[in-house]
Order: sequence, then structure tokens, then C-alpha cells
Amino acid sequence: MTAFMALLIRDLRLAVRAGGGAALALAFFASVVTLVPLGVGPDLKLLARIAGGVLWVSAVLAALLCLDRLFQADYEDGSLDLIALSPLPLEAAAFAKIAAHWLATGLPLTLLSGVLAILYNLPAAGSGALALSLIIGTPAVSAIGAVGAALTLSVRRGGLILPLIVLPLLAPAVIFGSGAVLAALDAISNGSLLLLAAFSLLGVLLAPFAAAAAVRLNLAS
Amino acid sequence: MIIALDVENLALIRAHRVLFRDLRFSVPAGALLSIEGPNGVGKTSLLRLIAGFLRPAAGTVRFKTGASAVEDAEERGGFVGWLGHQDAVKPQMSVREQLAFFARLHGARSGEAALATFGLAHLADLPGQFLSAGQRRRLALARLKLGGRPLWLMDEPLAALDSTGKKLASDAITAHCAAGGIVLAATHEPLGLAGETLRLGSAA
Repeated sequence: MTAFMALLIRDLRLAVRAGGGAALALAFFASVVTLVPLGVGPDLKLLARIAGGVLWVSAVLAALLCLDRLFQADYEDGSLDLIALSPLPLEAAAFAKIAAHWLATGLPLTLLSGVLAILYNLPAAGSGALALSLIIGTPAVSAIGAVGAALTLSVRRGGLILPLIVLPLLAPAVIFGSGAVLAALDAISNGSLLLLAAFSLLGVLLAPFAAAAAVRLNLAS
Repeated sequence: MIIALDVENLALIRAHRVLFRDLRFSVPAGALLSIEGPNGVGKTSLLRLIAGFLRPAAGTVRFKTGASAVEDAEERGGFVGWLGHQDAVKPQMSVREQLAFFARLHGARSGEAALATFGLAHLADLPGQFLSAGQRRRLALARLKLGGRPLWLMDEPLAALDSTGKKLASDAITAHCAAGGIVLAATHEPLGLAGETLRLGSAA
């Protein structure tokens, strides 16, 4: 457990310090979300309808922004060899990295979404559903993204291939996430949040094993 | 604690090329084995193979630990202290933070003693990006010692070190061997220490 926490805290530290990318992801999220209403125009009804979709897509893209370095930075400077040889199993190490990525991006994105929802004239019920869906769904983004990051860790400019691998797999999160916001706006219940929770749970459970296998594969080449 | 390292009939194929075949050697506890040979002959690959990262095309690597023997690649990793040709130094973390992280990762006591041993005490609060190549190497050596693993695999242990640093490195190797550990060092520079030499690539 100490080893797990040590890696989690180290990755969190690296993410929030200069060049870590956590602040960059937040700034990217805020700028994209702010830009869309400027392009769409002041149709308050329309904005409230698209808010869930825009914020969800922006959150996924922002999270991917600093995901490509999740394993690559450690691979390039040799740290990954040391982590692989440490008493911490690679699966646990992958889980620690996923958790650190979520704490550095997914969680602050969720908090920020409450403020940005104002730009979309989202009523309180929609805003609450959005925050809830983000807090449930962003762990899946970090987890599934980590598998892509592990697969592409030895690829030069892997950051460009990563979205191609990961985005299709994240489509369910975007669908259920924005669906939950629309359901809240229409005051109906369509089970989106439950499906999102199931998707997220499955992703977080399986991803560390897939990511660890991909890291092993890459270290052996 | 490892009693001995046994390598039998080892063969490695990389990029459709046979790097070595029928390689066999054994290293008893407390011994140093230098691995020499021209560039590209497979010194680093041999170390990575022994650490369990690479799979051999044929043959076995065995760590004899008392009555039992460990052959599984994953399990072998638990005995290995790794000093790669890269120093694994994070530019944004201070020397002290990096050692403390490694200590906690290995469940070891704090890294303060290792700081002093390798002449890093005055650099403790400096971020990794300001370290010179030699200072980074010292940090990597301090980490190796801190890990407390019985088998040290070292890739060019003396690279970038000044004469004091080289002395520190050879002292660490000597002390490790004296304590019953094994050291395998791939190197171009002679270490100047007593031990066997394995020459790769020459009529093997």
C-alpha cells in the first residue's frame, strides 16, 4: 500500500508541476467550452440542450491531452524499468497512474464544469446531472485512456495515435454522460447514469490489467 | 538472498539477428562479472534478459536461492537492482524527493543515508533538471544501493562519473559483493576490481 501511494503521489506531483499537463488540460477544457457558445450564438434554449454534449466531448479531449505522457515519460527516462522491477505489481502501478491522472484532470474538470455550465444557461438540475455524470464517467476516461497510452508508449508522436485508439472506446461514456444531462432537463429517467456507472466500473476494473500487459509487451521490445 | 546466478545455453534473437547463442556462465555469491564487447554485441540486451524484460530464444536464466531456484522472468525481477544506461531522473522533482519515492516504492527506510554516501547531500533540494550527467549517475547509484536487491545489473556504471564518483561506484560494488551480493556490469572501461570477465562477440 505504501508503494502504491508513493507512486500515486509522485505522479500527482509530476502532473501538477511545470510541464505536467494537468493545468494545461484544465485551460484547454475551459477555452473550448467557452468558445462554443461564441460560435453557436445566444440561443439560450439551444445552448442548454447542447451543454451536456459539448462539456462531455471537451472533457474527454482535455483528459486525452495529457494522457499520452502517462507511461511514455517514464519509459523514455528509464523510470518504467525501475517501476516494473519494484515490489509493486505492474497492474497496481497502472492503477496508481490511472488514479493520479483522474485526480489531476477528471476531478478538477468536474468541479470546473459547474462554473462553465452557467455559460450554457443550464438549469440547476442539468448542472447537477452533468457534474454527477462527469464524476462517475471520467474515471473510465482515465482508465481506458491509460490502456491506449500503454500501447503507444514506445511510439514516437504516440500522442497522435492515442486518440484514434481511445476515442471510439470512449463513445459510450459521452453518450451516457450527455444523455444523463438531457434526461435531467426533460425531467425523465432514462437510466443513463446507471449505464455510465456500469461502463466506468468495468473500465476501471479491467484497464489496469490491459495497461500492464501492454507495458510488459513494450518493455520486452 | 541469491546464492548464485546460472545461465545455460542462452540464445537471444533481436531484429531477426542472433545476438548470442549457447551462452553459459555462472556467477557465485559475492562475485563481480564484467561483461565486455564491442558496441551492439548485446551487452545491454543480456542484462535486460537476465532482469526478465526480454525473453530468450532458447536457454534458461536461473537464480539459485538456497534450496529453491527461480526461473520465472516475473519472479526474477524481484531480485534485481537495475542501473540502466538511462538515469531515470525526473527534471521536476528534487533529489531528496526522488530518493524518498524510490525508498517508499521498495519499502526501504528513508533515503537520507544514501544521499550522503554518494555525495549528494548538498544537492538534496535541487530539482533534477539542474543536475549534471555525473550527478544524475550518482543519484541512480544511490537508488540502486537503496533498493537493497541482491543482484545488481549495471549498464556502464562509470559513465559520466568523475574520479571521485568512480571511486564511490567501485566502493559500492565492492561493498555489495562483500555482503554476498552479485554484480553484473556491462562496461567499456575496466572497473579495476577483482572479478571474472565475460567477453561477448569474440569466438563465443
